[in-house]
Amino acid sequence: MAFEGLSDRLQDVFRKLRGKGKITEDDVKIAMREVRLALLEADVNFKVVKDFISRVSERAVGQEVLQSLTPGQQIVKIVYDEMALLMGGAESKLNLTSRTPVVFMAVGLQGAGKTTTVAKLGKNLIKQGRRPVLVACDVYRPAAIKQLQVLGEQTGIPVFAMGQGNPVDIAKASIEYARSNNRDIVILDTAGRLHINEELMDELKNVKAAVNPDEILLIVDAMTGQDAVNVAENFNKDLTLTGVILTKLDGDTRGGAALSVKAVTGCPIKMVGMGEKLDALEVFYPERMASRILGMGDVLSLVEKAQANFDEKKAKEMERKIRQQEFTLEDFLEQMQQVRSMGPLQDLLGMIPGLGKQLKGMQGEFDEKEIIWVEAIIQSMTREERRNPALINGSRKKRIAKGSGTRVQDVNRLLKQFEESRKLMKQFADMGHKKGKKGGMGPLKFPF
Amino acid sequence: MAFFDRLRRKKQDTKIQPVEELVCEESLLEEAIVPAVDLSGPEETICEPVDAMASEPFDEDSMSGQDEADEEDDQQVEGKKGFFSRLKLGLTKTRKNIGEKITNLVKSNRKLDDEFWEELEEILIEADVGVNTSLELVKSVRDNARRQKMNESSQVMALIQEEVRKLLDSSGDLSLRSADDKLTVILVVGVNGAGKTTSIAKMAYRFKNYDQKVIIAAADTFRAAAIDQLQIWADRVGVELIKHQEGSDPGAVVYDAINAARARKADILIIDTAGRLQNKNNLMKEISKIRKVIEKEIPGAPHEVLLVLDACTGQNAISQARLFEEATGVTGIILTKLDGTAKGGIVLAIARELEMPVKLVGIGEKMNDLRDFDPAAFAAALFDEEE
Repeated sequence: MAFEGLSDRLQDVFRKLRGKGKITEDDVKIAMREVRLALLEADVNFKVVKDFISRVSERAVGQEVLQSLTPGQQIVKIVYDEMALLMGGAESKLNLTSRTPVVFMAVGLQGAGKTTTVAKLGKNLIKQGRRPVLVACDVYRPAAIKQLQVLGEQTGIPVFAMGQGNPVDIAKASIEYARSNNRDIVILDTAGRLHINEELMDELKNVKAAVNPDEILLIVDAMTGQDAVNVAENFNKDLTLTGVILTKLDGDTRGGAALSVKAVTGCPIKMVGMGEKLDALEVFYPERMASRILGMGDVLSLVEKAQANFDEKKAKEMERKIRQQEFTLEDFLEQMQQVRSMGPLQDLLGMIPGLGKQLKGMQGEFDEKEIIWVEAIIQSMTREERRNPALINGSRKKRIAKGSGTRVQDVNRLLKQFEESRKLMKQFADMGHKKGKKGGMGPLKFPF
Repeated sequence: MAFFDRLRRKKQDTKIQPVEELVCEESLLEEAIVPAVDLSGPEETICEPVDAMASEPFDEDSMSGQDEADEEDDQQVEGKKGFFSRLKLGLTKTRKNIGEKITNLVKSNRKLDDEFWEELEEILIEADVGVNTSLELVKSVRDNARRQKMNESSQVMALIQEEVRKLLDSSGDLSLRSADDKLTVILVVGVNGAGKTTSIAKMAYRFKNYDQKVIIAAADTFRAAAIDQLQIWADRVGVELIKHQEGSDPGAVVYDAINAARARKADILIIDTAGRLQNKNNLMKEISKIRKVIEKEIPGAPHEVLLVLDACTGQNAISQARLFEEATGVTGIILTKLDGTAKGGIVLAIARELEMPVKLVGIGEKMNDLRDFDPAAFAAALFDEEE
């Protein structure tokens, strides 16, 4: 199907070539076709793909690749490097430094997620010790003002609204409001509009002229297809954007729109929306997006999430246990609870390279509810049984099943899974250990 | 029987002028592109419901009358011709339209060489048709052209149109299904920001103009002010809204709405649900449950489960269609926001992979900007050769 990663595809290509003595330029061409397909299927804009491919081809034809033993991996690396470069290299921050109040303006198509993002942005800024005010300039959509007010209440941020007035007047008045109420950042929520609607685009130009925003942020739905470029070009032409916020990236979209928008407008992607909760707005990391578009997984995010949620000492102890195979069902239970605190399992698994493809088949299997069952089963065991699962014989299984309200088959399955994951964990741990010694990422603390 | 056929007949029976017949043979996509010509400013859009409400539903003349007076004359004098000129005007504003590009390509009287076919592929891919579907479409056109010994690009036009139309036509029944003599239930699902609430308002408006008693259920209890948004729409359209508090159980809202619809002898119940991304397992289970509540209350319902899809969505729409289909048994698509530059080519890929028909299209911000989907017109307008 469509969403297999580029690595898998290239490996297929080069497996076919294995019989040959060496890789030729034609072989690279075939590989580039796969790269092209992968990018197009990720919704990277067509023209951007074209430029990109010609640039990568140039590098790939060079000596280093053709003579390397693993040309597939070499090419993936070149693609990845070029892509990260194209997306701006390092992350870029919001411009908060200039004056008081700082003015942000959020613009975009209908349904991109402007209002929600504005609230998330406000919350994010509060965490940084700022005092934002949200401004309801969407005077068209029914209940848009009410929506912002409700979100303002939820986040504890004041909302400035003047009913269905003129957005330019509202924007101007909001600056005054901020000055007299000691708010240091004004975030304008504008109405969604089509980029070809001149009248409404003029309105935005007027707002811009009136308040001269420090950031004009285009809100782009990460699921947008080829048209993302037209939209971004038009908004940029009329307003000169300073940045982009990508929303709904917690979906299963590859997000090629991001690459396209950056490549065409040159505007950096500054933040990404990662969920429905109001603190689900994160800094954008170009390299990670490159991995995602290529279907290469997102190990860095995973590691970071793990680090944020794990107790260092406990993790060290666990690592030791895993390596020495002292890992018990008790630890298993504890780990599972910790993993759950990191977020939905499916999201986490999606970040592991190579798992993306398999995940499709497992849709639904990784269910939060199933974890509750597992917990119930383990909790129905005696301490002795948890430490030494080998003890669990037929009659014990029956008792456990009864105690947890499950069937003996479920108990069996859990025990089998536990045994398997114990093996898997040992492999993981060893791998992490080696990398750690080389001074790479440090020991991986995967608990599963 | 198809829903609108039934409604139409009902209208004729009651001797009410069937206004939409006027424009029936006019292609849908022609209409679809028209609003791009003079997308009305805020004062002309939905914000002034009185205007939109006052105009006869589906009456082209009154619609253009709202927009531009001189064009109206044009249209009355020239009839069908006027339509085309308005369409052209729309196209000039969206220069990057794929139909136009294909027309240029096909008209250029080039040899049918590899480069030509590649360019054709590229154009389709750029319309979000997707790589696999584009390749397949071009391949079958290419085979046909070879079989018929064509050697000039201009001959290929009819073939491409035919392929597109076939693909869309074969994806299933394009009309809305209904319960024979009792309550018809329509469940509306989709990702965040696709345009569910607005589409529901437009649908309700449309049904109401067919003298149907419509009730809307506000089962989006999650998003801030979603219920208020729907209430405003319901008031404008003049239909009843069944709602609970924000944060309450959507299943309970649906249950109440069904009972209310029965008690009030409503013809149609439209259920709005919260937007959700298709990879969120728990949320998809929630919507499966909503479906089950409906099934349990009314055997055979919901009669339609409509997936609302933003026309600018890229390849992710396939995943949306697949997972929503698994969770709720989608029966058709509402393709929204076709008045932008996005052409919604992804519906071709969905038609090919999932055989899921497009039933309605949203083409603007006005109340009556929701139309039946017509594959022949879609294809024709994409590849329009009219000068």
